[in-house]
Amino acid sequence: MIRARAVPGKGAPREPAPWLDDSAGRVVRPYTASGGRTRPAVALDLLSSVTATGARPRAPLGAEHTAALRLCAGAAAVTVAEVAGQLRLPAAVAKVLLSDLVEAGAVTASAPRFPGGGGPYAAADDQTLLQAVLDGLRRRL
Amino acid sequence: MAYAADCDTRGPAATAAARPVTLKILVAGGFGAGKTTLVGAVSEIPPLCTEELLSGIGADADPLDGVDTKTSTTVALDFGRITLDTGHVLYLFGTPGQERFWFLWEELSAGALGAVVLADTRRLADCFPAVDFFERRGIVFVVAVNEFDGGHRYTAGEVREAVGLAPGVPVVHCDARLTGSATAVLAELVHHLLSTAAPAVPAQPTDRGEPT
Ligand SMILES: Nc1nc2c(ncn2[C@@H]2O[C@H](COP(=O)(O)OP(=O)(O)OP(=O)(O)O)[C@@H](O)[C@H]2O)c(=O)[nH]1
Ligand SMILES: [Mg+2]
Repeated sequence: MIRARAVPGKGAPREPAPWLDDSAGRVVRPYTASGGRTRPAVALDLLSSVTATGARPRAPLGAEHTAALRLCAGAAAVTVAEVAGQLRLPAAVAKVLLSDLVEAGAVTASAPRFPGGGGPYAAADDQTLLQAVLDGLRRRL
Repeated sequence: MAYAADCDTRGPAATAAARPVTLKILVAGGFGAGKTTLVGAVSEIPPLCTEELLSGIGADADPLDGVDTKTSTTVALDFGRITLDTGHVLYLFGTPGQERFWFLWEELSAGALGAVVLADTRRLADCFPAVDFFERRGIVFVVAVNEFDGGHRYTAGEVREAVGLAPGVPVVHCDARLTGSATAVLAELVHHLLSTAAPAVPAQPTDRGEPT
């Protein structure tokens, strides 16, 4: 068996998938929670951490916003991906909710501290960092 | 709740300076290759299924009119976390590797340390797109052969040849259900990163090179 090289991709297919198979998940109607919006005003990474400030937003919050805010109010920092997973909402929708909460002053978000600033390969030559990760993993073995 | 089990006692006021470094490893593979199982085996939080919208939302153009009535399909992202020490938290994202999900991988691979490609020997070809993706972007990866009961046992060499891997790419066998085995795969990746991180080596290309 020889690997068939995929066609040279110009990045990614941006079209909605014309066909679905077992790897595609549920069909959702997720936008009601975010009032139809799918683009957050505040840029959030899946690994941005979100923390409740304790300030109460002036306008009353809807159920989804309230649920998202509650998840941000725990003792430990929580990531956008965790909030989305807990709320069972697509990440794009969770980002809109969290972005609203940031704008309302109820939540602060901090971008992930990727080693070297987030570009690819940034950490690939950071021997000290990699050794720390390796040691950490080996302690768990 | 998941993070209630977290013994991190920092309050919300923990300073940004004290925030740990965010490390990210991607777990790719075909349908049923064991991605969810592997992430669950190593994660300290119950593995979460986070979903992304398949229609490429979050990329550019998407008319906002009437979207609240539109349905969309999602793709699952397995999400797990390992707190290595106070300064280092490792996050895992697992998602299918098919080409039509590559727009997702673009975002996910930003800042990632490297990747694990799970290969199910019953359907070895399913891992080809993931291998292609990481090769093209110069993302360091290891191939973890997940040996299912009843699956044909290939040697690492046979897998290497079938997938057409570059000589340096490690091929390891694993049982994704076992924490030790799955953790060892991650350690193998980081070890491989370390061994390829010779200080004198010129920086790898940062553009998305065409396949050679
Ligand atoms: N024998 C054996 N079974 C495994 C192993 N890893 C996973 N399985 C089983 O294989 C099945 C599929 O594993 P999943 O982890 O759901 O695979 P996946 O890649 O997440 O699948 P999709 O998300 O559906 O693409 C499950 O029933 C697992 O229990 C393994 O290493 N050995
Ligand atoms: Mg899965």
